[in-house]
Amino acid sequence: MLREPMGLLGIGLVLLIVLGALFAGLTGYSPSKLAMRDRFLDPSFTHLLGTDHLGRDLFTRVLHGARIALGVAFVATGISFIGGLILGMIAGYGPRWLDSLLLLLFDSLRAFPTVMLALALVTLTGPSLAAVVLVVVLATLPGYARVVRAQTMSLKTTEFVLSARSLGAPSWRILAVHIMPNLIGPLVILVSMDIPVVITIEAGMSFLGLGVRPPTPSWGAILNDGYAFIRESAWPAIAGGLPIIIATLGFTFLGETLRDHLDPRLRQDG
Amino acid sequence: MTPLLEVTDVVIRFPIHNRIAARLTGQPSSIEAVAGVSFTLEAGSTYALVGESGSGKTTLARAITGLVPIESGQVDFAGRTISGLSETALRGVRREIAMIFQDPIGSLSPRLSVRAILAEPFKVHGETADLDGKIARLLDDVGLSPHFAQRYPHQLSGGQARRVSIARALALRPKLVIADEPTAGLDVSIQGEMLNLMRDLQRKFGTTFLMITHNLNVVRHVADRMAVMYLGRIVEEGLTDDIFKAPRHRYTTALLSANLKAEPEAASYVIEAEGETPSLLNRPKGCEFHPRCLFKRDVCRTDMPEEQMPSTGHRFACHNPA
Amino acid sequence: MSPLLDIKGLSVSFRTPRGELKALRDVALHVDEGEIVGIIGESGCGKSTLINAIIGLLPANTGAVSGHIGFDGQELVGLPANAMRKLRGERITTIFQDPMTALNPVLTIGAQMTAIQYRRRASASEKRRRAIEFLDKVRMPDAARRLDQYPHQFSGGMRQRICIAMALLTEPDLLIADEPTTALDATLEVQVIHLLRELQRDIGCSVLFISHHLGAVAELCGRVAIMYAGEVVEQGTASDIFRDPRHPYTRKLLECDPGRIAERQEILPTIPGELPDLVHVPKGCIFRDRCPERFALCGERPPEVTVRPGHQAACHKARELVAS
Repeated sequence: MLREPMGLLGIGLVLLIVLGALFAGLTGYSPSKLAMRDRFLDPSFTHLLGTDHLGRDLFTRVLHGARIALGVAFVATGISFIGGLILGMIAGYGPRWLDSLLLLLFDSLRAFPTVMLALALVTLTGPSLAAVVLVVVLATLPGYARVVRAQTMSLKTTEFVLSARSLGAPSWRILAVHIMPNLIGPLVILVSMDIPVVITIEAGMSFLGLGVRPPTPSWGAILNDGYAFIRESAWPAIAGGLPIIIATLGFTFLGETLRDHLDPRLRQDG
Repeated sequence: MTPLLEVTDVVIRFPIHNRIAARLTGQPSSIEAVAGVSFTLEAGSTYALVGESGSGKTTLARAITGLVPIESGQVDFAGRTISGLSETALRGVRREIAMIFQDPIGSLSPRLSVRAILAEPFKVHGETADLDGKIARLLDDVGLSPHFAQRYPHQLSGGQARRVSIARALALRPKLVIADEPTAGLDVSIQGEMLNLMRDLQRKFGTTFLMITHNLNVVRHVADRMAVMYLGRIVEEGLTDDIFKAPRHRYTTALLSANLKAEPEAASYVIEAEGETPSLLNRPKGCEFHPRCLFKRDVCRTDMPEEQMPSTGHRFACHNPA
Repeated sequence: MSPLLDIKGLSVSFRTPRGELKALRDVALHVDEGEIVGIIGESGCGKSTLINAIIGLLPANTGAVSGHIGFDGQELVGLPANAMRKLRGERITTIFQDPMTALNPVLTIGAQMTAIQYRRRASASEKRRRAIEFLDKVRMPDAARRLDQYPHQFSGGMRQRICIAMALLTEPDLLIADEPTTALDATLEVQVIHLLRELQRDIGCSVLFISHHLGAVAELCGRVAIMYAGEVVEQGTASDIFRDPRHPYTRKLLECDPGRIAERQEILPTIPGELPDLVHVPKGCIFRDRCPERFALCGERPPEVTVRPGHQAACHKARELVAS
């Protein structure tokens, strides 16, 4: 995997963001403390990416924004992963009526456009990090559950599952021991390909003011501020946009390389 | 001697369309994969269900342990009716009846080690004392060295994988083992090994075998009794030796004639059947074999033949037997 | 006259994580014009590698390929891909084991049968007529009407007949049949074999028939080659091989075939042991470890012993092992 340039680039970019998020506190600036005298400074050794319209160090805010982006990405996809796995297996292995009911639920959720869903939810709950996570979960979980359901249904008729049934193994055991291990690989690939999407959903919602509330630094919020003051200085907009690009590219490359290596159908070895 | 397994008039249907669509198109909403099958299996013997694809033999085998629901009829095992039991009630039965599935490697759970595969029967039935010792003995029983416990199914050859599934089937010392095409996909030189192994284990533990196969060559050497199935019915049943020496039903003779022998210029193969097995969707009228039969009479087109049961225990259903 | 297909000293190896796997070693085999040659071998004997080498479809991890594959005077080893493509599907055609996956499920068989005639300069209706003609040849009832049906509307036996019709449509010089009857029921297997023989007489092509089913090979083939672990261990006429086998592997293989054992046996014969590791190919005879006849000399590579003209066995004892 390390031999492929695309995978290496992906790992490098992702590592950059993860390290940035880990060491965000070491820049010497606060992400939210105002310094009105230092507004719109250009990049320099004291402010690596310059400052924004409230004089906050953009580099520090970007690194703190990485915490939000990664946090949302991992928490939300984690919930979707587990939820999709469990609900998908129940739909695929359980009785027919339960399957029909769950499918109806998945499909109605998937029929909502993500932005509409986000708007509706935020109208009800008000903008918050939890709302962002909820939107991401509602937007991604039905897709995972459908994939898991389809895989479960085809695994259900395999001879090794029949063999376990013929032994008298209870359903929980068949699901946990024989079906789930065969689902996790494909699902991990699917989820890793979705992480960049989740990062853009978070940034997008924050950009629209539906996500994290100021002064919490989010890439989307930084981008929005930069957009508003683009005539004063281009740097805030660049500082908000660049990490989104780096993160989506990095996770996409990583996800694709991961897929090429984990998906046996794409793997070429005798 | 009391029979170990008694199958009486078993019918198995599969839905193919939902009921409304069936009404609209005038097609049946289900097909009869098994259409009234009866046979008995004596304890300690080997019984073979023989038939080509679409004969319903695999479906019937799966229905015996309740993996496929039965429409009507009855299955008795060791003096107890087991058809129609709930999944929970079947658990005790499944300890006594083990199954071996067709695909040597595909019937082993791909993410489990051989050790975990062999441990499963004991875990399911709560006999986890001295698990490692039991697994070592099982591997030894089927002639595999202990280090195979660490392997995964894809690291096994077809023959080794088959040994593992035989070991798993015999783990709980079942009274009956149902083996679905136990030699399919194996090389000729390995087939013999598997059949010898099953016979050894049968001698050692007194296991009864129900073998499902299309391979007549195998049947002749291992089965005491056999039944020939066609389109979900038994068309001929009797002692293996009797059927091989004097087959009566025209489908049986056709099957035997199609059994190519590795002898050149013995080229006197008269094909005794034409065409192919018809679809279960439109079963032929009369004798269901008549469209392919070279010996059909007028009566074959209209009347389904009655089962003839000579006192010898060799029954068959044919209007114009050999 | 030189043979249509003339393979000499063919060796093929694959790159694997464990090292170089020598899948074929020094294989010699020829198919004359109008001849049906059978290849018998169990799994791991290299028969699929041999076919892939002939039709130029070796997998990506192929390492060294050496030796010669002569086809009608043309060298196929190292032939550029586009030249190979011209031969394949036109002068060399193939029938595979699984007739379902060999046909495209979303196209009618008529569309598929006209599409493969793309090299012919003929009108669409002419190509269609030819498709019907060949479906008639493989005894497809009501061929003209069924041309517009899809593969799933045919039974397994009919699908294999369609594959045969498609393979013969271009009137190839060589037809490679790779286990064409393995997926079929016994009653159909005989039908397909008889059909193949008649069509071969009719069209006059050569056939390379690969199977692990001894009975099918005996029924169809004039000459037979036995492969074991990447080598041709014995070849000769069908009656040489089945009546007077001289290589111990051939002898054991025939012994194991339960169809040849007349009386019911309590214990069936087997070939104990396992295939040798082809990454570290043992010195000497490849069958030595499992051979009941082995003696001191077997540590050396056995010569190709000519038992009688056209019957060779790679065994030190080939002259002594007379049919009992």
